[in-house]
Amino acid sequence: MSYLPNIIFAIILVIGIGYFAKNVKKLIRNINLGQDIDVSDNKSQRWKNMAMIALGQSKMVRRPIAGLLHVIVYVGFVVINIEVLEIIIDGLFGTHRIFSAVGPLYGYLIGAFEILAVLVLAAVGLFWIRRNIIRLKRFMNPEMKGWPKNDGNIILYFEVVLMCLFLIMNATDNAFQVMSSGNIVSQYITPLFVNLSESTIHIIERTTWWLHISGILVFLNYLYFSKHLHILLAFPNTYYGHLTPKGKFNNLESVTNEVKMMMDPNVDPFAVPPEVAEAVPAKFGVSDVQDLNWVQLLNSYTCTECGRCTSECPASQTGKKLSPRKIMMDTRDRLEEVGKNIDANKGTFKEDGKQLLDDYITREELWACTSCNACTEACPVSIDPLSIILDMRRYLVMEQSAAPVELNNMMTNIENNGAPWPYNQMDRLNWKNE
Amino acid sequence: MSETMKVPTMAEYMAQGKQPEVLFWVGCAGSFDDRAKKITKAFVKLLNRANVEFAVLGTEESCTGDPAKRSGNEFLFQMQAVTNIEVMNAYEIKKIVTACPHCFNTIKNEYPELGGSYEVMHHTQFLKTLLDEGRLTIEGGKFKGKRITFHDPCYLGRANDVYEAPRDLIKKLEVELIEMRKCKKNGLCCGAGGAQMFKEPEKGDKDVNVERTEQAMEVKPDIIAAGCPFCNTMMTDGVKAKEKEDSIEVMDIAELIANAEDL
Repeated sequence: MSYLPNIIFAIILVIGIGYFAKNVKKLIRNINLGQDIDVSDNKSQRWKNMAMIALGQSKMVRRPIAGLLHVIVYVGFVVINIEVLEIIIDGLFGTHRIFSAVGPLYGYLIGAFEILAVLVLAAVGLFWIRRNIIRLKRFMNPEMKGWPKNDGNIILYFEVVLMCLFLIMNATDNAFQVMSSGNIVSQYITPLFVNLSESTIHIIERTTWWLHISGILVFLNYLYFSKHLHILLAFPNTYYGHLTPKGKFNNLESVTNEVKMMMDPNVDPFAVPPEVAEAVPAKFGVSDVQDLNWVQLLNSYTCTECGRCTSECPASQTGKKLSPRKIMMDTRDRLEEVGKNIDANKGTFKEDGKQLLDDYITREELWACTSCNACTEACPVSIDPLSIILDMRRYLVMEQSAAPVELNNMMTNIENNGAPWPYNQMDRLNWKNE
Repeated sequence: MSETMKVPTMAEYMAQGKQPEVLFWVGCAGSFDDRAKKITKAFVKLLNRANVEFAVLGTEESCTGDPAKRSGNEFLFQMQAVTNIEVMNAYEIKKIVTACPHCFNTIKNEYPELGGSYEVMHHTQFLKTLLDEGRLTIEGGKFKGKRITFHDPCYLGRANDVYEAPRDLIKKLEVELIEMRKCKKNGLCCGAGGAQMFKEPEKGDKDVNVERTEQAMEVKPDIIAAGCPFCNTMMTDGVKAKEKEDSIEVMDIAELIANAEDL
């Protein structure tokens, strides 16, 4: 009978981690719906980027206030999780504060956790104020209505509850308070419970302990349904981020093959196309999520909807419909829809009459982009909305000939006279004599 | 004017069996746009002054394909690129300078995969080397003491991390270089990139170039310096929209230097 708590704990743990693992599998499956892309180059630079940008938060702190608050929550999250390890060992083996065996160091550790917990509470409070009282502009865009807004707040509430549980747990742990080492903050909470009987205090301690670990497991499982996946995906995402100059747009190999054939005088135009012709993709550009490459899909799951991209975007700033954040959110939402479709149809995608283009991202948004790279520069986790915009323009132009009229005129001019305006190529050097 | 400008073509160099030091890629704006042609001429005067042996492709030059690529027309882009590369490789070109950041970016970053690998420099970088090598000297001249702010072209700055060369040149003019709130990595686009130059903007509250001009006006400049013919047009239009054309001039860095020297 005395093993009952241990068994219950093990069951909760297995369910909590198991369900999360199941969703991670789904996440990986969805990301792999994307096209292949070779990102095996420059490993050392990639590791360095991950260390600097994700681990070191180098781009977060470019905005000092949000950056500092985020670093506090991030450090708090990582460090306080050492405590989770202790909780798991205690829970499985029926021990109590097993790490306290390490001696005085334990006091320092828990003391640090308690201070961090208070800092996290303060930071989370300020985050909440920024979202709900100050109402920073970038949290108020149309795409932030409804679930994205609630999601942002739910995460903050989660953090408040977890931190409070942690502090109350420490405050009501008599043995820990008696140690008088590491209870830097919780010693001031203990007096609140002074009128209660020892057994009641013990029940509170046990309850908060169970709620704390359950809360962490619930939060872990909440990630998949939330924008908060960035706490895990920021790492691979920064690893696979762009390494080339931002101005370099990728080369479409399939087009190169065709252009080479067209330009090669030795090619027999009537020859039967060789086998390689099969390598030509069914379509140029992107109209749905499966046409994107898997790094672009990873990007969409990594986005935590902070809106730094949108706040820097010249189109967004001047009231156009385009919002780079919405491009990422739409991509993720469509990918989730496709994933659910596959789940519901026993592993194969059943045509649903929808696609990323038009049903999620409108043409008006795509054509408003100036390709200035402000969004990719602003993103703290190396997400690239611009590549998705360009790929979708490619589909519009090369598959549908659906560019705006003025752009079609510009392209006709380039084709006919080698300049975007209707001037004769033979007049190209006239400026010399003017 | 034209008597003082020497603009040899690659074909002429070839005929003499010689190779120039650098190819000046003029670009479509530099060749055809009335405002940008002034930038082209200013830069040529500086090249002449520094005795740089350069050549242009003249009628053999064609659009790099940048606006086509950024509109999504990869076919047209690659056709342009392959044609240009064929011409340049036939002339065995090694080094290119251009006053257009879009041409600069495209030739530098997107031509190598299609068979065209060259050392490509923006004209501000090239002028900076001329200065460093002592082939060109700059004095403040008539701009001494003026307030100048530099608008970073996206395809020079963020796209290729060139921020200092243009600023170093401006500082040589003994002027007061003042930075806008949004500059360098955080610079705001003029609104022309991504082929926007060739179409009407989508519906919104404001035009991007007006927003950017307002940011420039915050620092009360006498001159807005640009390093891109398209930015130049957009900022000039922005200044006109704010009815400030009497007090704020928009000038390319090559023009600033050439004018300072009264070339």
